[in-house]
Amino acid sequence: MADPLFWHRLQFAFTIVYHYLFPQLTMGLALVIVVLKGLALRPSGELYATAARFWVRVFGLNFAVGVATGIPMEFQFGTNWARFTALTGGVVGQTLALEGMFAFFLESSFLAMLVWGEQKLGPKKHFAAAVALLLGSWLSGVFIVVTNAFMQHPVGFTRDANGVFALSDFWTYVLNPWALAQYAHNQMASLVTASFVVTAVGAFWFLSGRHLEQARLNVKVGTFAGLVASVLVAFPTGDLQAKLVASHQPAALAAMEGRFESGPRAEIHLIGQPNVAQRRLDNPVGVPLVLSFLAFGRFNADVKGLNEIPERDWPDNIELLYYAFHVMVGLGTMFIGLMALAVLFRWRGWLEKARPLLWALMLAFPFPYIANTAGWMTAELGRQPWLVYGLLRTAEGASPNVHSGSALFTLIGFAGLYLVLGLAFLFLVGREVLHGPEASHA
Amino acid sequence: MPELSTLWFWLIALMLTAWAVLDGFDFGAGVLHRFVARTDSERREVLAAIGPVWDGNEVWLIASAGALFLAFPKLLAAGFSGFYLPVLFVVWALIVRGVSIELRSHVVSPLWRGFFDTTFMLASIAVPGLMGALLGNVVRGVPLDAQGFFELALFAAEGAPGVFDGYALLCGALVLVTLTAHGANWLAWKTEGPVQRRVLSVRLPLWLTAFGLWLLAALATSRVAPDVMAAFPRRPMAWLGLLLTLRGAVATLVERRGEREPFFGGVAFIAGCLVTTVACLFPVVLRATGAPALSLTATSTASATRSLQSGLWWWGPGVFLAAGYLWWVLRHFRGKVTAARDGEGY
Repeated sequence: MADPLFWHRLQFAFTIVYHYLFPQLTMGLALVIVVLKGLALRPSGELYATAARFWVRVFGLNFAVGVATGIPMEFQFGTNWARFTALTGGVVGQTLALEGMFAFFLESSFLAMLVWGEQKLGPKKHFAAAVALLLGSWLSGVFIVVTNAFMQHPVGFTRDANGVFALSDFWTYVLNPWALAQYAHNQMASLVTASFVVTAVGAFWFLSGRHLEQARLNVKVGTFAGLVASVLVAFPTGDLQAKLVASHQPAALAAMEGRFESGPRAEIHLIGQPNVAQRRLDNPVGVPLVLSFLAFGRFNADVKGLNEIPERDWPDNIELLYYAFHVMVGLGTMFIGLMALAVLFRWRGWLEKARPLLWALMLAFPFPYIANTAGWMTAELGRQPWLVYGLLRTAEGASPNVHSGSALFTLIGFAGLYLVLGLAFLFLVGREVLHGPEASHA
Repeated sequence: MPELSTLWFWLIALMLTAWAVLDGFDFGAGVLHRFVARTDSERREVLAAIGPVWDGNEVWLIASAGALFLAFPKLLAAGFSGFYLPVLFVVWALIVRGVSIELRSHVVSPLWRGFFDTTFMLASIAVPGLMGALLGNVVRGVPLDAQGFFELALFAAEGAPGVFDGYALLCGALVLVTLTAHGANWLAWKTEGPVQRRVLSVRLPLWLTAFGLWLLAALATSRVAPDVMAAFPRRPMAWLGLLLTLRGAVATLVERRGEREPFFGGVAFIAGCLVTTVACLFPVVLRATGAPALSLTATSTASATRSLQSGLWWWGPGVFLAAGYLWWVLRHFRGKVTAARDGEGY
């Protein structure tokens, strides 16, 4: 592996996937906490206040690891992707600088106040601290998604003779239609994660016959938010996102579906294994017409296959892209089914006795993490072989002066550090869940 | 349009100075932590003194990196990729520092807490030491090529340059000792009792060492980077920096009875040193050891005018808000701190 590009990509992929396990819970959970604390402000809201306190403790741990693993993301543009930085800083640097200024200061200044300051601040100011964290974390998402949207679908820029990008219009750049769809989709996906986690903890307490009042509250809030978010993440947000991919990244869409032949009345594949060497999908099970309709709104719409696109513009890992997309869509569909069932059972008053369903809800919480990761892998693998779609190739963006040995050295370092961090995090959150909703004394 | 890049140069210098003076005392507290606080409750007093502010303080560095990305992308690209390993060492140390503060008191176990007390100390030594060494490299210069990139071994060998040579280590020691002394000022202000007594007993020696290292570094700079030193008399900002440095040094020595006066003296000393340094370097932002024409300057690394302009309209409100949050947190956090009980606080 003498080509450092592979190691640069692997390190960025590893550190960003690991990092995003934390913010996806942070953003969704911040909304849940604000709602709980809002309800707790009413008279006799003590039950909600207790639930909010429990989730704030989990939020604090999750946020701490999120902050720690977020630091390398800001630095790796310069260390590993120096040419990309030098060429695009005038554009994407805009949103990354904005994120530090308007999101990070807000979040980090009020985190300690939220986690430890309830006594000192009183209910109203403490609620305000929760709102600050919600605002900060969702703003951070805006800036990151706008940055990514520029890489997916560049708008609002000019390029000089040396290929250096410059901003031509700030608002065109920020209000990128791609960013709007992607942000809505991403935030709903984040709420799916948080609601599944909240539900799972409630289901766990139910199944172990402890903290029944709090278990009931968590399952109520979790399944309601879970159903709403699971539906919204698919429609309209996921649908919008897919239509943008279809019209702006035909190579990505073809690879996501393992489609080599072009043609109208395209079928969507539920199962199948892309065989890139033979240029076909093996053992396909599909539904005719659906892909044409989903991508372009017409059953006879023509959907391009990879054969029509020069190989040098194909995504470079078609197999992984295909599976990432199918894992995301498959899981997303099951989320709607599971949460619809849970809400129905709760409404009819059957849920607390339906132990198999409670078991399913308890064990389901890792899957939104997998679906979120698979979704981002779909976006980023689909963007290949480009850093800035159609304009700057991934191979042109890496640092010219960092060799494989250095990149692998730091990748191994990150892997070791993150392993320890992950174990400590799971241990501490596990303790909170086992301890239950009452105030913990360590 | 050179004026805009000059403006951004000073805005980012201001942000990095804010990081040094604010996060600086967090690092100093980390270095002193295990020595000035012996019992668990004393350790938690030290942590309580920085707990509510450290994260916001660290953001000044992250925001500076973001601003560099926007305004001087070619500098960020050359500097971070050329200093690949030391920059990632800083990143690792920042991760360990933050996690140590946040996770330490969650478990009532002397082993768990002792482990994180030590990692907190080691990371708090590593960041200022490495940042000082990197600042030394910027002043001394790096082997930039015509494309504006460089490669540099970690360790200097016979005749071959390296990130860690005598001059860089001296700069690292200067920053480490100065920020430790700065941390002592902060702890003297925020703590009382045995912790404060121990802090006060090491504070003067720390500052005297820092001033000694400052003199040594100034002498060494005139040898390794004579043109940087030669620029000094012609730079009004450098004179202002020197004035701040000296005023700060005097305040830390003379007003030792007060609590906030020595702290603000330390702030002035640190800010003065940084202002002097960047004023002498300007317009160079990364010196080349080869031909002077290869040096990266504020103009040669700046983004296009439109990019610099659009960043200006939000910079002011952004810094205003950040300062407002800090003010709000400090207002809820005035006076002496007390150690939190188990299950609460840092």
